[in-house]
Amino acid sequence: MLRLTAILALLASPAAADEIWITNEKDDSISVIDVTTLEVTRTIPTGERPRGITFSHDFSKVYICASDSDAVQVMDPVSGEIMHDLPSGEDPEQFVLHPDNRRLYIANEDDAITTVVDTETRRVIAQIDVGIEPEGMAVSPDGKIVITTSETTNMAHWIDTGTEAIFANTLVDSRPRHAEFVKEGSELWVSSEIGGTVTVFDVASQAEKAKIEFEITGVHEDRLQPVGFELTPDGKTAFVALGPANHVAVVNAETWEVEDYLLVGRRVWHMAFDRDHKRLFTTNGVSGDVTVIDVEKREPIKTIKVGRFPWGAALRPTEG
Amino acid sequence: MRIIGLAAVLSLSLGAAAASETKVRIGYLTVDQPAPPVLSNLDPAPEDLGLAGAQLGIEDNATTGRFLNQTYTMDETRVPEGGDALAAARALLASSPFLVLDAPAATLTAVADLPEAEGALLFNASAPDSALRDADCRANLLHTIPSDAMRTDALAQFLVQRRWTDVALISGAHPRDTAFADALRASIAKFRLKLVGESDWVFDADMRRNASAEVPLFTQGFKEHDVLLLADEIGDFGRYVVYNTWLPRPVAGSEELVPQAWAPVVEQWGAAQLQSRFEELSGREMQPEDYAAWAAIRSIGEAVTRTGSAEAATLRDYIFSDAFELAGFKGSPLSFRGWNGQLRQPIPIVTDRAVVATAPLEGFHHQGNELDTLGRDAPETACTAFGG
Repeated sequence: MLRLTAILALLASPAAADEIWITNEKDDSISVIDVTTLEVTRTIPTGERPRGITFSHDFSKVYICASDSDAVQVMDPVSGEIMHDLPSGEDPEQFVLHPDNRRLYIANEDDAITTVVDTETRRVIAQIDVGIEPEGMAVSPDGKIVITTSETTNMAHWIDTGTEAIFANTLVDSRPRHAEFVKEGSELWVSSEIGGTVTVFDVASQAEKAKIEFEITGVHEDRLQPVGFELTPDGKTAFVALGPANHVAVVNAETWEVEDYLLVGRRVWHMAFDRDHKRLFTTNGVSGDVTVIDVEKREPIKTIKVGRFPWGAALRPTEG
Repeated sequence: MRIIGLAAVLSLSLGAAAASETKVRIGYLTVDQPAPPVLSNLDPAPEDLGLAGAQLGIEDNATTGRFLNQTYTMDETRVPEGGDALAAARALLASSPFLVLDAPAATLTAVADLPEAEGALLFNASAPDSALRDADCRANLLHTIPSDAMRTDALAQFLVQRRWTDVALISGAHPRDTAFADALRASIAKFRLKLVGESDWVFDADMRRNASAEVPLFTQGFKEHDVLLLADEIGDFGRYVVYNTWLPRPVAGSEELVPQAWAPVVEQWGAAQLQSRFEELSGREMQPEDYAAWAAIRSIGEAVTRTGSAEAATLRDYIFSDAFELAGFKGSPLSFRGWNGQLRQPIPIVTDRAVVATAPLEGFHHQGNELDTLGRDAPETACTAFGG
């Protein structure tokens, strides 16, 4: 193991290019993709069933939801070593790191709970009762609001981070999966997998503002299942993964119109941009690969084989 | 923080939900049916079959209701064999218009025809009889358990896709077996498969000892076929046929490769979470009847959540509207057929160890909803109670 670590450290040490980290849910591993060569450069073992993945703000630590190990693992991204586990509650699926770089809000899928953990003291600060099968997690840029979406309760729960208590609940279409604050935190977007929609909320009033719908000729509407999504930094364009429809929708985030559909791998789930948002990396669960999309041209340019059931994706910039 | 203060006020009057508490009471009626004698003692039916699914549905509804000031309670009644099922139904209907039933077909229609059931919302969570979706349908009776026809159509689609077009059939003598055999024959015709031979299961020997000697000879007479179908819905002889056939052929239907509303091996589309919630609650695996009862209670809950109402007429309107969709952990939204009240749903085709396929299979198209390639479609139904 020591020798392996040494090799890993060696491989990682040159002033290498940025990386995209992919969790492989059914392989208990992470595939690290070099953004320049678009090759997998490292495969790092993790706990059981890794799903959510996020870096600390200085990228010195990477947090991994090891769902079946009932832990959030904290890894040194240089060595690939697990530094320690955080108490996470049962079956952590997805999480979000607060702008304070300290509080981690974790969705406990099997327990209908959102757990708040202090990553420094490694203690649980609060557990908040939410709906059934919490999954999507988002935090507002000012850090005042955290969102948990619950898949079977079909709600976005609005958590006040001052009190760690829910202050509002808003219904969305069936099986909400992913949430993001966008446009400087003025809007909240929530995808609904079975409902086949993305709901846009006005954050100040929590009122529904728009609903984005999808349509691909030749693909039955039941297969259009929006899951993960990301917006370009200008807030003008959204990329929405459509699950078993095997496409990513390109949405005009100002008119809510879908402008394009890009064919990617099978059961596309989550995604991450590279540093300058020129390329987008999508995880394709069933085909076990990652599609690289040229953001400006809006076309897929490469498929990269990773582990079984790639789930989460996160950017790790490297200095150089 | 001012934003949050305002939000707290708004959240009290969220959406359609009323600020005052909405109480939803649901009745659950089990009518015990005689268990037919079967050869094997391996699979006793759980005492709480169906009921445990309903209880999970109530829990799921209550978790959501907590955020909307909606509460759910369930009144359960069990009628023993020979008991007065109609009296029990009347009593439950006196306190709630919502009633989930685990009962035979004749009881279901009798309950639906009670004066007390007028305007009520009844859910059949156990009877697969085709007639209930056809001439014997009732406007106040919805079905969350799939019909035999939905299951056999699912299997037929799989056989077509595999190009296993020539089939032989062995049927048991129990009415459940003959009904399933009828559905298999209809599906064979619908999907243009070829039935090369049929036999009735006639043995009165104990096959636990004799299967390897008897079954090869019994199946020797069938013409060349790709698959052997069994109609053995009571689980009597099927297990002794597998691997004892004259020709080495896969077995499907009631045994081995089985189309089911639900099975413990279903794990995709978030199903693993439903399975683990159910196991935690009941201490056993979730069966089709549990799933159907869960789906009935969740359908009520979903309609209450979206309308903020506990009125049967309002909920019925919503349930039959285009807006209704139930996330049923089977990959597609579930909804009710407007022509006969059947819950349209994918049908997993399973072995004991895995999901082999999920119908509707790719390539089976429908002008409306592909789920309607399974079971009685609008143009075919003899049901008129829904105004079709």
